[in-house]
Amino acid sequence: MNLLRILVALFAAFIAVSPASTLAGDGGRAAGPAIEIANPGKCVAPVEEMRRNHMEMLKHQRDRSLRQGIRGEPASLNACIECHASKKTGSVLGKGDFCESCHAYAAVKLDCFECHQPRAGFKATGVKP
Amino acid sequence: MTAPQSPDNNPRRAFIAAAGAGVAGLGFTVIAPGLHLMAVASDANAASAATEARKAGTAASPAVRWGLLIDANKCAPGCTKCVDACHTENGVSEKLPDPRQNSQWIRKIELVDKRNGRVTQLPMMCQHCANPPCVDVCPTGASMKRADGIVLVDRHTCIGCRYCMMACPYKARSFVHAPLHDQNPDVPRGQGCVESCTLCVHRVDKGQQPACVESCPEGAMMFGDLFDPGSAIARRIASVPTTQVRADLRLNPGVRYQGI
Ligand code: SF4
Ligand code: SF4
Repeated sequence: MNLLRILVALFAAFIAVSPASTLAGDGGRAAGPAIEIANPGKCVAPVEEMRRNHMEMLKHQRDRSLRQGIRGEPASLNACIECHASKKTGSVLGKGDFCESCHAYAAVKLDCFECHQPRAGFKATGVKP
Repeated sequence: MTAPQSPDNNPRRAFIAAAGAGVAGLGFTVIAPGLHLMAVASDANAASAATEARKAGTAASPAVRWGLLIDANKCAPGCTKCVDACHTENGVSEKLPDPRQNSQWIRKIELVDKRNGRVTQLPMMCQHCANPPCVDVCPTGASMKRADGIVLVDRHTCIGCRYCMMACPYKARSFVHAPLHDQNPDVPRGQGCVESCTLCVHRVDKGQQPACVESCPEGAMMFGDLFDPGSAIARRIASVPTTQVRADLRLNPGVRYQGI
């Protein structure tokens, strides 16, 4: 009887921490973030894999690009932004935009954009002395 | 082209040879693969032959060493086109209340020989040392030299300690003091990290020249592969006297100067 209770508790805990069942209201068990996906269906990997592993994919890609100089890999932050920037704000960081909506929901701080440009098609102008 | 390396261990040359196969279809029917094609290319347009885009998925090759040759005799007094082009290309636009805190990726320097009044102008930037002290002192491994000789800061690991700024004898590095917003998508940069000239690594990897080289109206700057004896830059260095600034430090900079 005790064993059964432990098993049930473990199962409940697993459901609670499993993002696939809560994100975007998939399972309908909890309110999910409202993600507006500008260009759906053309991602480099299936949605489930992107949700769980995008940070790892980007982390390994960034090291290869910067340190080894390997360009043109499928995982690329700029490519994410070009595809997913909101049609309204042009960015992935505005309220309800692609990156912001999930990260606000999951309370995970986004450091990428302290250095990276969150707007699609942006061209820096630089100094005009 | 009489490069000692075999094409197999140099992805860039292999790529050029592959591109040659395509060109052959367009009329260069007598070109033998590899060797002859490159001889034609370097004769026709040495500068652009030195900068073929690297194929997607291939790493920077240690058989290449990117460098600059700057002719101070041609550098015009008062001209800051290279500085402006660099800062536009790399989105270096901040104007802080204390101007000493603004980033400087490249600066114009004027040298005056007090004995005779001779004035020399030259642009100065990260010299992309072969033995870079900035890399030696970095406690996190963020300062790094890429296989093709380009010295970079990996901002993902830089903690902003500024040891490298102290170690660099050329004052080439800047610390970003304030939050930034209008970065170029190809050139991420932000507060709390040290930065310096990247030799326009994002352009070089696409087969373009650094922005400063492209912008110079006097043709005072030349970019290319120092290891490729057939490249325009290597041939010029082999034929005219050129100088490394503070050669006594034995850092073997990849940027050389003519006429100083
Ligand atoms: S010039 Fe300075 S920043 Fe550039 S590689 Fe040499 S020591 Fe490092
Ligand atoms: S400021 Fe950054 S790159 Fe320079 S030494 Fe410190 S950690 Fe390394």
